[in-house]
Amino acid sequence: MAILEVTGLSKHFGDLEVIRDISFSLEKGESLAIIGSSGSGKTTLLRCLTALETPDTGVIRVSGDTVFDASQPRPKGAQARVNQMHFGLVFQSFNLFPQYTALRNVTLAAELLAKEREDYKADKKRILAEILEKGRAALESVGLSAKADNYPHQLSGGQQQRVAIARALMLQPDILCFDEPTSALDPELTGEVLNVIRGLADRDTTMLIVTHEMQFARQVADNVLFMDGGVIVEYGRAEDVIGNPREERTRQFLERYSSERYSSNP
Amino acid sequence: MSTPTVDVVLGKLLDGFVLNLQIFVITLIGSLPLGLIIMFGSRSRLGFRVFGRRFCPIRLLTRFFVWVIRGTPLMLQLIFVFYGPGLMGLPPIKSRVTATLVTFIINYAAYFSEIFRGGIDSIPQGQYEAGQVLGMTRPQVFFKVVLLQVVKRVTPSVGNEVITLVKDTSLSRVISVTEILFVADTYTRQGLLWPLFTTAVFFLVFNGLVTLALGRIERKMDYFRA
Repeated sequence: MAILEVTGLSKHFGDLEVIRDISFSLEKGESLAIIGSSGSGKTTLLRCLTALETPDTGVIRVSGDTVFDASQPRPKGAQARVNQMHFGLVFQSFNLFPQYTALRNVTLAAELLAKEREDYKADKKRILAEILEKGRAALESVGLSAKADNYPHQLSGGQQQRVAIARALMLQPDILCFDEPTSALDPELTGEVLNVIRGLADRDTTMLIVTHEMQFARQVADNVLFMDGGVIVEYGRAEDVIGNPREERTRQFLERYSSERYSSNP
Repeated sequence: MSTPTVDVVLGKLLDGFVLNLQIFVITLIGSLPLGLIIMFGSRSRLGFRVFGRRFCPIRLLTRFFVWVIRGTPLMLQLIFVFYGPGLMGLPPIKSRVTATLVTFIINYAAYFSEIFRGGIDSIPQGQYEAGQVLGMTRPQVFFKVVLLQVVKRVTPSVGNEVITLVKDTSLSRVISVTEILFVADTYTRQGLLWPLFTTAVFFLVFNGLVTLALGRIERKMDYFRA
């Protein structure tokens, strides 16, 4: 059974229909790259999945459970949070909390969640120690153990994004989403972030990656979804869609993409 | 009339200044939290749609109130609060100091609310979203993520207001509160200039201390950028 099933998702802002009738599914351990030009609706799709936007129509199921159904009343409070926490999200602009160290950025949400546990009062010390331990492990998994006590402004963009990835991993989401994770980085810093994501793919993390890095998408993603004008134009295995696209629109996008790439970087 | 001795004058000035300091401290304690509440009011999105336009009564009322308070002289407000109720047939306010405190707390809260509002509006949306996707509740996002960043951003502007407040306490003399400038002025009328300079020194020294304290608070938050 697919871990994620999206059916008929649409969202409009004012008169503009940003995504229209999006349906796809994702298997456990699969990584899916979402490509397309700016304004094609990729980011909106991701934001609908992570509950930062509310879709107008459609159904989202995770492991068979309905976490969103536009035709049903919205769940409130605790249930809404449970539904949303199937998804983790890594932002284009990192969005680390500036007043906390790297480690505390990673552990803060887990600490707050732990307070709701029934055994929290009795077992506070042990629970917090466990969270700290997990947080250090998460930082280690992105190669930043040495920066645990640094504040975000003391880190490079690439390091900040790796902390953000550790922060998202900490809550063990079923599906980890990336919204153009390297777009805000200087070119020489993209490699370290992509390597971390590559490592996650090797460990069969279920991921949705909105990206402009075609080479990377081709190497790392199992499948690729090409969007244009708010709809899915082409979906298939990464090497097929990027290497040998069936659709004319995909071909045009990839050509335009590679010509831009090479003209700016001969 | 004989010239009063230096001791007597200094004693009276000091008595007056104690009153200034009391007004200052109590106004601060009252107006900072009240400013926070007014800020929430002026950001309230509670409302309904009328003919396709959104209508938020709490926000409108709060912003109207802030406009009136900031748009009229503090001195006028002082006179109004002290004499107004009596002239309108309501029970008069007996204590001049109480009238001063009420006026100052409301007036400064209005200014603080606008400073806080600017601070909150300047926090990037991404901070809220990051908290939300990590499963934090709205109050958690506010208190654990946003608040300290806001405090850091508004501290310089709040500091400005605090220093202004120290000096504004002297406005209470229009309703005959015997604060330091009121005292000094009685001596000026008797031909003595030095009590006026001494008064200036009192204010300068105290605002120097306030400036140092504000600097300390700002340095405490130097460890992060926001």
